[in-house]
Amino acid sequence: MFSLISRRLIQLLPTIIIVSILIFGLQQLLPGDPALIMAGEEKDPEVIAQIRAQYRLDQPIPVQYVYWVKGVLTGDLGESMRLKVSVSELVAQKLPVTLQLASMAMLIAVLIGVPAGIISAVKKDTVWDYAVNVISLWGISTPNFWLGIMMIFLFSVHLGWLPASGYVSPFEDPWLSFKTTIMPAFVLGNSIAGVLMRHTRSAMLQALSSDYVRTARAKGLFENVVVIRHAMRNALTPVITLGALEFGTLLSGAVLTEQIFTIPGFGKLIVDAVFNRDYAVVQGVVLVTSATYIVLNLLADIGYILVNPRLRA
Amino acid sequence: MTSQATTTAPELIAMTETPGQRAWRRLKKRKGAMFGLGIILLLVLMAVFAPLISPFDPTKQSWTAVRKAPSLLYWLGTDEVGRDLLSRIIYGTRASLSAGVISVGIAIALGVPLGLIAGYGPGWLDAIISRVTDAMLACPFLILAIALAAFLGPSLTNAMIAIGITATPIFVRLTRGQVLSIKVEDYVESARAIGNPKWRIALKHILPNVMPQLLVQMTLTVATAVIAEASLSFLGLGQQPPAPSWGSMLNVAQRFLTNAPWMAVWPGLAIFLTVLSFNLLGDGLRDALDPRERG
Repeated sequence: MFSLISRRLIQLLPTIIIVSILIFGLQQLLPGDPALIMAGEEKDPEVIAQIRAQYRLDQPIPVQYVYWVKGVLTGDLGESMRLKVSVSELVAQKLPVTLQLASMAMLIAVLIGVPAGIISAVKKDTVWDYAVNVISLWGISTPNFWLGIMMIFLFSVHLGWLPASGYVSPFEDPWLSFKTTIMPAFVLGNSIAGVLMRHTRSAMLQALSSDYVRTARAKGLFENVVVIRHAMRNALTPVITLGALEFGTLLSGAVLTEQIFTIPGFGKLIVDAVFNRDYAVVQGVVLVTSATYIVLNLLADIGYILVNPRLRA
Repeated sequence: MTSQATTTAPELIAMTETPGQRAWRRLKKRKGAMFGLGIILLLVLMAVFAPLISPFDPTKQSWTAVRKAPSLLYWLGTDEVGRDLLSRIIYGTRASLSAGVISVGIAIALGVPLGLIAGYGPGWLDAIISRVTDAMLACPFLILAIALAAFLGPSLTNAMIAIGITATPIFVRLTRGQVLSIKVEDYVESARAIGNPKWRIALKHILPNVMPQLLVQMTLTVATAVIAEASLSFLGLGQQPPAPSWGSMLNVAQRFLTNAPWMAVWPGLAIFLTVLSFNLLGDGLRDALDPRERG
């Protein structure tokens, strides 16, 4: 088992290096000289020279990359040109907000997607099964931002039940925090629920037709016991690991959802940075989301190895 | 008494038809897929004949018709500067469909050759291509697309390029995986044994057998690309105003939810219907092209 995990870790290394090259390379796509852009409208030659020296733009690109990586490894992701704050500080401020939203969304997705998938498999080819299929297609095909706008219209504008925008930390006021995040969390969780429904259904169908379930039924066990204790336990393992992988989708979805609900998280940070041409922030956000995604992938893999007895040996 | 093997009519049809004909016959049985295909054809017709079927000019402002609710004159209502929403939705089909098709075209044009090289080329090239693919897949789709579009500059063309590049690793991985399983088949071995060069084997023997899976993935990726284009346009990184795009229409509509909710309903519904149709068709194609499926 340890050799499997360490092999997985070694395999990750080149991926991480290439991710860093890709993200560093984004800067090279910028038209024109970054020093000129940073210098503002006055374009004072002294300022330009100072910027070149400060950001090592006068050095060859591979040297710039090495300095950038050195900085990243010591937690220095650069400085926001507009806010004059270090990118790491901004990330540390905004990431918990998005993680709270993403965790709530994942909980909603699991609470809806997994039971619906199980019902759909147990009641295959019935009206329940068709209903779950329709709901899952709805989840997969609905654009997050449209669902968000429609929910604001219904629950905030029309019924006045929930605030349309804003964010309150759960440490300040847990109830208000819940009220400000439940709509965006549902919007985010909706599409993941659709994916989870499909995967749970197919994993359950496979488990229900397996030999051990047939044996359990032959022993005369109640159908509920067969479904819950025998089929579900085995079918849900891959589904849970898939859930970890879907976290990347949540981070993507958060970009638009946070924009619509004006939540000061990671997604809003990247969009604001894009419009303010604050490229160090864009790079920082892409780097941290990719690193989060890589770590979650790894945890999912390790989790799969730990729960699968055939891989554990 | 002699026993004679009898062949039923449907079995005879199944034996004589080409794989394409069999897939089409199976696809026709799937109501969802046919519904999706019907809507896609309708959308294509809308995009092509937009100037003929649009009741108004989609960019013409009318200060006497600002935020009019749906009526007999303006079937879907008007927007904040009095433009007809139906006409903008019809013209918006062009941006969405072209973004979906062109960005997937870019992804295929880059991804399939790279996948073929990775799967059938030298090992060191496979290692490089696979690691870059892994790295790109490690960046969440929309975030990478936003970052690329931001660095390239806001326009529909750049949005398509950004989405296309972001979707490329999906096709590299799919093609490579298929090539690895196909290249050990007997017919590929035979082609190699009679002295065919590698490129010919890859193009004439391997590529045609990867096509069914590519077709399914292509359809599903168009759905993703349509949402991605709408998302980028919603953020102002795609189609630029005043040209109509469903995403940017939704962005504006957000500000007028209290007074003109219809402005938000129709563009969203258009995106939903388009994405749903491609997803339904993709699901149907997956079943119809699955060799394990009977019938």
